[in-house]
Amino acid sequence: MREPPQLINRYKWYEILGIYAGIAIFLTFVLAPFVEGFLVSLKPLSQLFSSPYRFIPENGSFEAYHTMWEHVPGFARYIVNSFVISGAATVIVLILVVPAAYAFARFEFRGSGLLLGAFLAVNMFSGAVLLIPLFRLMRSLGVLNTYFAMIVPGVAFLIPSAIWLLRTYMARIPRELDEAAFVDGASHFYTLRRVILPIAMPGIVVVAITTFIGAYAQQFIYALTFNSKSEYAPLPVGLFAYFGRQEVVWNELMAASFVGIAPAMIVIFFLQRYLVSGLTAGAVKQ
Amino acid sequence: MSVQRNAIIFAWILLLPALLYVTAIVAYPLVDTFILSFTDASLKKTTNWVGWANYDKIFNETFAEVIIRTFVWTFFSVSIKMIIGTFGAAMLNAAVPGRALFRVLTMPPWIVPMAIGIFMWGWMYNGQFGMISGMLQRFGLVDGPVAFLAQGSTAFWATVITDVWIGVPMVTLYMLAGMQAIPQDLYEAAWTDGAGRFYRFRRITLPLLVPSMITMSMLSLISTFNSFDIIWILTRGGPSGETTTMIIDTYKTAIGSNKYGEGAARAVLICIFLSIFCLCYFRVTSRLSANDKR
Repeated sequence: MREPPQLINRYKWYEILGIYAGIAIFLTFVLAPFVEGFLVSLKPLSQLFSSPYRFIPENGSFEAYHTMWEHVPGFARYIVNSFVISGAATVIVLILVVPAAYAFARFEFRGSGLLLGAFLAVNMFSGAVLLIPLFRLMRSLGVLNTYFAMIVPGVAFLIPSAIWLLRTYMARIPRELDEAAFVDGASHFYTLRRVILPIAMPGIVVVAITTFIGAYAQQFIYALTFNSKSEYAPLPVGLFAYFGRQEVVWNELMAASFVGIAPAMIVIFFLQRYLVSGLTAGAVKQ
Repeated sequence: MSVQRNAIIFAWILLLPALLYVTAIVAYPLVDTFILSFTDASLKKTTNWVGWANYDKIFNETFAEVIIRTFVWTFFSVSIKMIIGTFGAAMLNAAVPGRALFRVLTMPPWIVPMAIGIFMWGWMYNGQFGMISGMLQRFGLVDGPVAFLAQGSTAFWATVITDVWIGVPMVTLYMLAGMQAIPQDLYEAAWTDGAGRFYRFRRITLPLLVPSMITMSMLSLISTFNSFDIIWILTRGGPSGETTTMIIDTYKTAIGSNKYGEGAARAVLICIFLSIFCLCYFRVTSRLSANDKR
């Protein structure tokens, strides 16, 4: 007779200890910069610039969270810029990707596999590789130092993973639904709009969120290169200018960083379940 | 037949916007990079064809050093990411209380704006007052302060570790997904035969994880090879070029000194390396799947 399968997951005490120790070491590496950064934001400057090093702040306060608004003049503007850039990028990605993902999920035509591969290969050229022609292109269009120049190139590199995620999601929608609509005389477009889109909405929302987070996390190189006006700078570039100065006011920089990452943290907190499954969906062959 | 054809036309219409977009932003610049690499394009109004001159220049300079450094940097970063990520995934795959929370806690480095995570590392590496130098001194491991980013050898490893930190969450969650896709029956069968936990990990989990590992190493290899933000923010390729990888060198040449032609030649070289990686990847995966079928 077979014993109940849960027994396989019963750990001995030293195994549990070992696992928790392993998790602790792993998470220490992952989270140490955040803990240290947060403690730094609480320390007064005089304590920061003193040795020997002390980990725990003495008379820590949230003062830096007040003073940074004066010392980083464009701070609120940087956050707004970050949201504008990421938001616009997300909208463009969805407009392009929803139909494309449906095409890849449902229609088989010659070269579809190759074309999907070509879309995924786009990520190979992200970063600085295409910077030179893009820079010249933006300059000849006269759009350097505008939001446009920071939004448009980034979108191309958000498309591949969005297509991949959404295609996986849409492929799981039963084909019978399309066929039923088709038998009833619905056009392809009508089927997409009235049958597929409503059912795929949860998947589209996950893609929208991951795209927004990706856009928010990755805005650096294009914003650094295609824009030199600080009033249009997104948060990472705005703070980078501040970081590059001779005398870095570390506690305020860290305070500003924490306010800047708050939106992403809030998103993680509320949507963690969807995110963990969403980000890794399609990772494994079914 | 005409229904079939209609469907295909519809599919192409759906694909067209994304296709055009990627053509304009990726394919066209790619071709343009290639063309520019044979010219002396700069801020000047006129651009002349210079043939292979830019490539000759690259190979006459200290560029071999940059290429080797890029490969060493990438190799260590990807390997350490894979080791830590697989270790983390194995830990988070264990059925212990709190694992849902621990999984979420691995995500911040990935989700937070990259530059901001890098600022935090910038402080940690600070020689006079930073955490790492401070802790090392407190435990008596070093005598005086260590300015990690001011010396070539330590700056190199400092940038590698920051890159690892940013890449680990993705590797961990991907490997975790891979582990969870392994059929539970295998473990149960091994367990009824009396196989221990470590034995099961070594003989079931690891072998079945190989395809995931190859895919992840490949994805990680491409993004690491292209890694720009970390080095640029922490060291800008310094001190004295010790952290200058190919991508940093390209940026400095093209955007820093406005030598678009010479920069483009470097970018072409990067593309060639990336294509070679991809080809290797496809050969390995096709061989693997052929083995599966046998």
